[in-house]
Amino acid sequence: MKWYRILKISFKSILKNKMRSALTSLGIIIGVCSVIVMIAVGQGSSVRITEQINSLGTNLLMVRPGGSRMGGVHRGEGSFNKMKLSDCDAITKEAEHVKYVSPVIQASAQIIGGESNWNTTVYGVSTQYPDIKDWELSSGTFFTEKDIKAKKKIAVLGQTIVDELFPDTDPVGQRIRIRNTPFTVIGVLEEKGESGMGMDQDDVILAPSTTVLYRLKGGDFIDMIYVSANSTDDMDAAQAEIETIIRKEHKIENSEDDDFHVNSQSEITEMASETSETLTLLLGAIAGVSLLVGGIGIMNIMLVSVTERTREIGIRLSIGARSKDVLTQFLTESITLSLIGGIIGILLAVIITSVMNKFTSIITVISPGIVVLSVVFAAAVGIFFGYYPARKAANLNPIDALRYE
Amino acid sequence: MRTVIEMKNIVKNYHVGDVVVHALRGVDLNIKEGEFVAIMGASGSGKSTLMNILGCLDTATNGDYFLDELNVNSLNKDQYADIRNQKIGFVFQGFNLLPRTTALENVELPLLYDRKERIKNPREQAIKALQSVGLKERLDHVPNQLSGGQQQRVAVARALVNNPAIILADEPTGNLDTRTSVDVMSVFQRLNKEGKTIIVVTHEPDIAQFAKRNIKLRDGKIIEDVQIAVPQKADEILAALIGDEDEVV
Repeated sequence: MKWYRILKISFKSILKNKMRSALTSLGIIIGVCSVIVMIAVGQGSSVRITEQINSLGTNLLMVRPGGSRMGGVHRGEGSFNKMKLSDCDAITKEAEHVKYVSPVIQASAQIIGGESNWNTTVYGVSTQYPDIKDWELSSGTFFTEKDIKAKKKIAVLGQTIVDELFPDTDPVGQRIRIRNTPFTVIGVLEEKGESGMGMDQDDVILAPSTTVLYRLKGGDFIDMIYVSANSTDDMDAAQAEIETIIRKEHKIENSEDDDFHVNSQSEITEMASETSETLTLLLGAIAGVSLLVGGIGIMNIMLVSVTERTREIGIRLSIGARSKDVLTQFLTESITLSLIGGIIGILLAVIITSVMNKFTSIITVISPGIVVLSVVFAAAVGIFFGYYPARKAANLNPIDALRYE
Repeated sequence: MRTVIEMKNIVKNYHVGDVVVHALRGVDLNIKEGEFVAIMGASGSGKSTLMNILGCLDTATNGDYFLDELNVNSLNKDQYADIRNQKIGFVFQGFNLLPRTTALENVELPLLYDRKERIKNPREQAIKALQSVGLKERLDHVPNQLSGGQQQRVAVARALVNNPAIILADEPTGNLDTRTSVDVMSVFQRLNKEGKTIIVVTHEPDIAQFAKRNIKLRDGKIIEDVQIAVPQKADEILAALIGDEDEVV
């Protein structure tokens, strides 16, 4: 028998019992829908975490001063800071796997300017800092190497500072006072929003590293070095290079421990994505149980249907249907039921996730792979749970089936 | 005339628990093309078993059965299905039409199960078969819109549609009143006149009167096999029954 005729028979018998078919499909609809929604929630959270980590900077390595040991006593991290601007220069000059380098010197300061005042952190950085953080300017310009050499008193403001001090006027060209030292605003950073930890990344002022180090803070030591590796694959090589260079700069003997730490962003990313993958798997598995229950529902209905239609099967067998024809007919019916359920389930999942995206803070991401997988899975449920009833129908003895009342 | 059915010493035993039931105890039967045979016998005589074996719904325990010169003893399940599809047309007591399926679709069904698709246009062939049983006007009626007699005519059309070697009718008039029974028999007589080989299983002597040959079974054996010189003419009896009513059954 031709496939479209078998399909027609299946549709006919599905439509014959509309209510029953609808309820049977409902099991699959709920199953498929919950699997997709759960996985979309899991993937959404993993995408969000990755985005937040990436917003720290691209291929970022952070060099921090390490703890020290004096007379056998460990001190806390940063207790013995020997990092200087010269370390940055050495990395820039010698490291091959490194693209951008910037020192970070932090200074908390009271800012007076425009119509108000504000307390924030001033970061002394190099010209490459915006590249490391992948941060554009919304207006004005960034400072140059020349400005750094000259220790110029110029600043680039984050959006929060602009909102606080210059709500109505263009801040570029205006003067502000940082710890009573006058600075000229030369640019404004693009808005970046909250960080993963809920911190306002725009509450920041950037100034030349030398200016902050020598005019605001005093001393020779810097707080951190931000390094951007050439590519994600180069991160490990870059990390090793930096360690060697700084050990040499700090004249650390082979037997001695590092007096600094290099943290790579990929470590954080890996850990976070591992957590969210576990979460996704768990959610998916819980939802998968409901899909299984839906499949059992299909099997139940198909078994009832086979018993109910024993006579029909007998007729078909007596006029020349082979067992395989009957098997195909019932299998097609259960697959059709589960596929219809699967497709409606997907549509429902799309609606639910877009409602969630719009009206709740939960971010969901439906990947095409999951949609394809769930369609395949729904069909597989149809085959798996439809096979036993279909085989039961196909193996009926025509004489008994014809006599069945 | 060609021999359509040749049975040699057919034996059929059933096992019911530990007891062996001998349903057929050596049946020899030859039926030639164009015959109209009535197989008779009381219940338990083995006529249903014989019918099932003739129709390739069941296999004999012993003996040889040639259908249309083909030995069907050694065939597998699928080949049996194909033989039922191509060589045999069934008519049942309970009509056995698919419910909620139109007359046309019911008649078409055997052609759709034909793997080799010998008949290129199943729809046309099905319409022709329904025409030949006088149901041209009822193609799109479903079984519960048809009377018993009409349903049995649809069943006959279904049996005819694939040009089988034999038409096998199992108590075809069992569920019908006298007039409708005669009407169905007149359809069989007409088909027989056109050259179809027809085998009717019945326990009603009245019905057997319309056949050209009567075979009686008792306890799994043929006890009587007679040719009827002048069978009753169903048309004439029907005309007498209806008188000049214009109602069509």
